[in-house]
Amino acid sequence: MNKNCDIIVVGGGLAGLMATIVACENNLKVKLFTLLPAKRSHSVCAQGGINASLNIKGEGDSPDKHFYETIYGGDFLANQPPVKEMCYNAPEIVYLLDRMGVMFNRTPEGFLDFRRFGGTKYHRTAFAGATTGQQILYALDEQVRRYEYHGLVEKYTGWEFLRAVIDEEGYARGIVAGNINSLDIEVFPADAVIMATGGCGMIFGKSTNSAICTGSPNAILFQQGVKYANGEFIQVHPTAIAGNDKLRLISESVRGEGGRIWTYKDGKPWYFLEEKYPAYGNLVPRDIASREIFHVCVDLGLGIDGKNQVYLDVTHLDEEFLEYKLGGVLEIYEKFMGENPKKVPMRVFPAVHYTMGGLWVDYNQMTNIKGLFAAGECEYQYHGANRLGANSLLSCIHGGMVAGKKVFEYVQSLSKCSDDVSTDVYQQHKQVVVAKFEQYKKMEGKENPYKLHQELGETMTENVTVVRHNKKLAQTIDKLKEFRERFKNIDVLDKSGNANYSLFFVNQLWGMIELAMVITKGALLRNESRGSHYKPEFPNRDDANFLKTTIATYAVDEPQISYEDVDVSLIKPVLRKYD
Amino acid sequence: MKIRVKVERRETPISTPHLDIFELDVDETANVISVLMEIRKNPVTVDGRKVSPVVFECSCLEEVCGACTMNINNKARQACSALVKDLGREIFLAPLRKFPIIRDLVVDRRKIFAGLRRIKGWIPIDGTHGMGPGPKVSEKIQRIGYKLSRCMSCGVCMESCPQVNDRSNFIGPAVIAQALLFNLHPTGAMIKEDRYEALMEEGGIGECGNAQNCVKSCPKQLPLTYSIGKLNRDTLIYSIKKLLES
Repeated sequence: MNKNCDIIVVGGGLAGLMATIVACENNLKVKLFTLLPAKRSHSVCAQGGINASLNIKGEGDSPDKHFYETIYGGDFLANQPPVKEMCYNAPEIVYLLDRMGVMFNRTPEGFLDFRRFGGTKYHRTAFAGATTGQQILYALDEQVRRYEYHGLVEKYTGWEFLRAVIDEEGYARGIVAGNINSLDIEVFPADAVIMATGGCGMIFGKSTNSAICTGSPNAILFQQGVKYANGEFIQVHPTAIAGNDKLRLISESVRGEGGRIWTYKDGKPWYFLEEKYPAYGNLVPRDIASREIFHVCVDLGLGIDGKNQVYLDVTHLDEEFLEYKLGGVLEIYEKFMGENPKKVPMRVFPAVHYTMGGLWVDYNQMTNIKGLFAAGECEYQYHGANRLGANSLLSCIHGGMVAGKKVFEYVQSLSKCSDDVSTDVYQQHKQVVVAKFEQYKKMEGKENPYKLHQELGETMTENVTVVRHNKKLAQTIDKLKEFRERFKNIDVLDKSGNANYSLFFVNQLWGMIELAMVITKGALLRNESRGSHYKPEFPNRDDANFLKTTIATYAVDEPQISYEDVDVSLIKPVLRKYD
Repeated sequence: MKIRVKVERRETPISTPHLDIFELDVDETANVISVLMEIRKNPVTVDGRKVSPVVFECSCLEEVCGACTMNINNKARQACSALVKDLGREIFLAPLRKFPIIRDLVVDRRKIFAGLRRIKGWIPIDGTHGMGPGPKVSEKIQRIGYKLSRCMSCGVCMESCPQVNDRSNFIGPAVIAQALLFNLHPTGAMIKEDRYEALMEEGGIGECGNAQNCVKSCPKQLPLTYSIGKLNRDTLIYSIKKLLES
């Protein structure tokens, strides 16, 4: 290739920004597509920190231990080589962020400070107060702004991904995107595309995710033939606060800094996690903590005030210490609940939080479509059946770095560039989207899309989260098919040709129903319990049958599910326990 | 609780604004975003007209992304952290006034990001390859830097500032505070002169009229007037030095 290659990055969170930076360092020109300005991406919500085994506390921590605990925490479902690479890259990533000016907390001597998180006994998590995701997102956004200033990045803010352009030979050659304000639908050629569009918590209606986390791009690509892996693995975070619009996260770092979970039993405080898991106590991994809280509230009926809630208590900790270490998250609690958590224990309950599954990628972050890469929460690679706290910021940045490097190697190897592809190919892809949107614009049925979304969320939250039963999963699949039918009778609500957000929401809703099907079908067929996926009918892990990655491929009625062996070449699977 | 929500709406940037009034029942945990979400599910006004859903921006819903900023009962703030029980039964929603309207409650805030570009709001690192830790930063600098680095680019400070108006191109308090953030960092300070130059241009720090509305209105309590004061001195010293050296 001798011309200047252009690539497209879709998504302005950590993974997309990091991929953009590395691609620019390799002199690639990047068109960066984001729904909102990058500073408003969902990465901003990450609170607690980022893992890296720098052993600054002299505890004997090492990248190898980080690697082992990540694999173990993920119940051995992750392919091991890329996870190892990530854990070994983590110290340099944290140093890089430090060089970029992230205002990490410091020790009195001026070194980076570290805190504890779930699933480990080491102080492995670097943090910036309790707004670490925000701080890191801004640092990467600033570096991208620098490349924008130097002309290597062109930002397309307010453009939604609507389709990948895949040529006759099966290569990704660009995207079709729609401007959410002008409603223009355009095709953008490129030599490679990196997807970094995050998770799909909105499928569950209310979750800890941002309103933009619909997973719509993944649903579109899935229908275009991209494989989707481990869809059924959805992380439910143990500690969130209820709201009408969303469930707000109360970071695991609250427990990392000494917060305790309890409820009343026989009139006395009962620290059930500490009692049942003396080794890890309140810092058992999220899947386990969520199941225990669920059990205490739903099965035993011991929730605070008879409701589905338990206490998360920091009132025994020093106020000045709390302000410095956890100010940002305690402020959220106080703002939304109207109580001061330094004085009164917080009331929390589990909430859908993270999408472990996602687009299938190889070790180069490339999907099964040549030239179509994916990084961050939208792909499946690093967390297996359960993600450890503070590994998400790490996997987003690491995955983005790998994608940025590999995309350069990929475009170097191309014998034909996007300019050589017939304009007909681009126009055909554009027409598919234009026709679909013309159809949406005419929809004047009886179903309100926002109400239908609420129903979808309620159905999925009730049947496909902490505890899963095959009978209910089968019923959910029927229900999703019913939603598909009802979707045909939707009212688009808005006829305006300007900033018609309902029109785009209708398209996202369709995608959410399709991905819900992938999640539910994967859950139905996996007859075992592993990580976040728990079936009382099959309470044990079944390595003989299910030490396998679930692969969903699109089919009109229901997704087709097949399985792929997991690469366990580095660590032999053992029984996972934390007591 | 029954509430009455008055929304100032425009279908396009050049449409004459009109008011739509909605009445709905909400519980005591409702915030303005959940109210707008309820309206979307049944967009019918109090006089029985079916209208298009109110168009608004939102993302994180926990007051860290800045997207849902609007005027709520004539005060610029984030809609997600505006709880109905604190607002009363009459709620008036309008877009920010200091930014171009896109539709209803959505405005174009690109000028904030253009300002960040102008002041070179970044740390000029050599590259992303492994080079070990960054320069040591004292806990004292970290504490100030952390406060400054929580700016969401929401636009509230500009909305409240009398110097941001049709007749001026004032870069605004948020961007000036970010210039201080990058100057505080040892590597960032290596291009501090570029930032001083940018701030001394037309529309820069000289436009500040010291009304001090910004620091009172900032939802993240950034030390905005402190930052402006500090950079006022720094740019002054810089320009005197420059004069002496020329």
